[in-house]
Amino acid sequence: MGSSRWANRLLLLPATGWLLVMLVLPLLVVVIFSFGERGAAGGYVPALTLAQYANLPARFTAFKNTLILAPIGTLAALLVAYPLAYFLALRVNPKWKIILLVMVIVPFWTSILIRTYAWIFILGGQGIPKLLGFIGIEGVRLINTPVAVLIGIIYGYLPLMVFPIFVSLEKLDKRLLDASGDLGASPLRTFRNVTLPLSLPGVATGCMLVFILLMGEFLIPALLGGGKVFFVGNALVDLFLQSRNWAYGSAVAATLVVTMLIVISIYTKLITRGSNQRDDAALF
Amino acid sequence: MRLYALVVYLFLYIPIGIIVLFSFNAGRHASDFHGFSIKWYGKVLSNPFAMEALTTSLTVAFVTAVLASLFGTMAALALQKVRGQLRFFYDTAIYIAIMIPGIVIGIATLIALVTVFNFLNPLLEAHWPMALSEPPRLKMGHASLIAAHTLFTMALVIVIVRARVTGMDRTLVEASADLYATPWRTFWQVTLPQIYPAILAGFLLSFTFSFDDFIIAFFVAGSETTLPIYVFASIRRGVTPEINAIGTMVLATSLILLVMAQFLLRFRDRRSSPT
Repeated sequence: MGSSRWANRLLLLPATGWLLVMLVLPLLVVVIFSFGERGAAGGYVPALTLAQYANLPARFTAFKNTLILAPIGTLAALLVAYPLAYFLALRVNPKWKIILLVMVIVPFWTSILIRTYAWIFILGGQGIPKLLGFIGIEGVRLINTPVAVLIGIIYGYLPLMVFPIFVSLEKLDKRLLDASGDLGASPLRTFRNVTLPLSLPGVATGCMLVFILLMGEFLIPALLGGGKVFFVGNALVDLFLQSRNWAYGSAVAATLVVTMLIVISIYTKLITRGSNQRDDAALF
Repeated sequence: MRLYALVVYLFLYIPIGIIVLFSFNAGRHASDFHGFSIKWYGKVLSNPFAMEALTTSLTVAFVTAVLASLFGTMAALALQKVRGQLRFFYDTAIYIAIMIPGIVIGIATLIALVTVFNFLNPLLEAHWPMALSEPPRLKMGHASLIAAHTLFTMALVIVIVRARVTGMDRTLVEASADLYATPWRTFWQVTLPQIYPAILAGFLLSFTFSFDDFIIAFFVAGSETTLPIYVFASIRRGVTPEINAIGTMVLATSLILLVMAQFLLRFRDRRSSPT
């Protein structure tokens, strides 16, 4: 078996190299740089200081916006997604199920840039506000407001939320629903006591996926928030590509990742009490 | 319930429809429709900057997809036999590579590669055999774009192909070995025919991801411009119908590839389940 073990190592070599050089090394560099100092002309000077972390409050607004709008956006996406997932999993003719599901997933894999750009159009002065003007409602401003960012978030992340909820509802034993009805429960009560609890793993997965990606969002606030509603992602672009402050930027990025990890671990602790299944694997 | 679903589907597809519709707008102003025209497509096709960005995006996406599906498949097959702590390392790393926000990968890759290049370039200059050629200068560009895109997409291919490998009929591989086929021959005649739809789907998804990615490319592209970077810069300068034409072409490209990928993945599912 010696040669087969070597063959196996050889097969793993490119993937291992990639994971080490393009994932482990860069993340280590961010951690190391976050304890360094800014060079005179930007970039990084080696040092061992907590100054960058002490300076984090300078970007407080970005963190605040992210930590307010990411949970609200996640919740809004959930509220829009759940009924659709329910409909697709339990109410649709099986013949149409796959095609309708694919129609939800496909936008997720197309350019988020182009799809968000469409909303500049729709929410901008010539879009919805103009239509509202026709029916006598004047002076509505949508673009460059938190509402615009929220709409963009729901739009962009809806597929990611629908899919795991769909999977957990689809897996659910339909006989339980019949049994609940036979025992005299109203449809609402069946939903509250049977369907909803059994779909919670999917809800949890969906919320976590959306929340994690939202924490690092840049494009939606950049295009629909017009510089007024900005996330940590926008601060990072500014720090790395404009002011070239690598040390401080690394500290912001590290803080973002750590915040994400904390949220995820609290969240999984809360969730895995009930169940430890993950429903996102099939999304790819 | 049906009405609600209809509204959500409209919500998902109207913005896409608007872009497509206005890309055929004869008028200069995006807000009013002045009749059908394909002149914006002509404008895009004769715009050297857009075309150069398109070429860069296609090249990067193609090489990324090739590398990701090749290395990802190799790793997925090899990981079957990896157990214990090593397996934990790979599973964690693959999970992180998929879940970590693109912006973090973008900045991390940028500062890591620039630092490594700044370290290597003087060494190359000092030790390069000058008689042969000028020493190469490492910088951000095509290669760093491909390397960064391959990380996420390779992890994706590993997940997709591994799901297929796990569902594969193992007895066939054993039978093939019992009949004295070499491992290589078993791979070509037994394993590959069973997993190729997953590999192809992984290839298409990788291509789509790389072709559509903005945020990672924004950091690691160096002086290169990919199509999404070009579009982003154009939007910043003001909304023009030209962007609609580019957008329509981008959406059409990824839609076609996605439908193909979905078809391959569903086809695989239907074949693998006896029902």
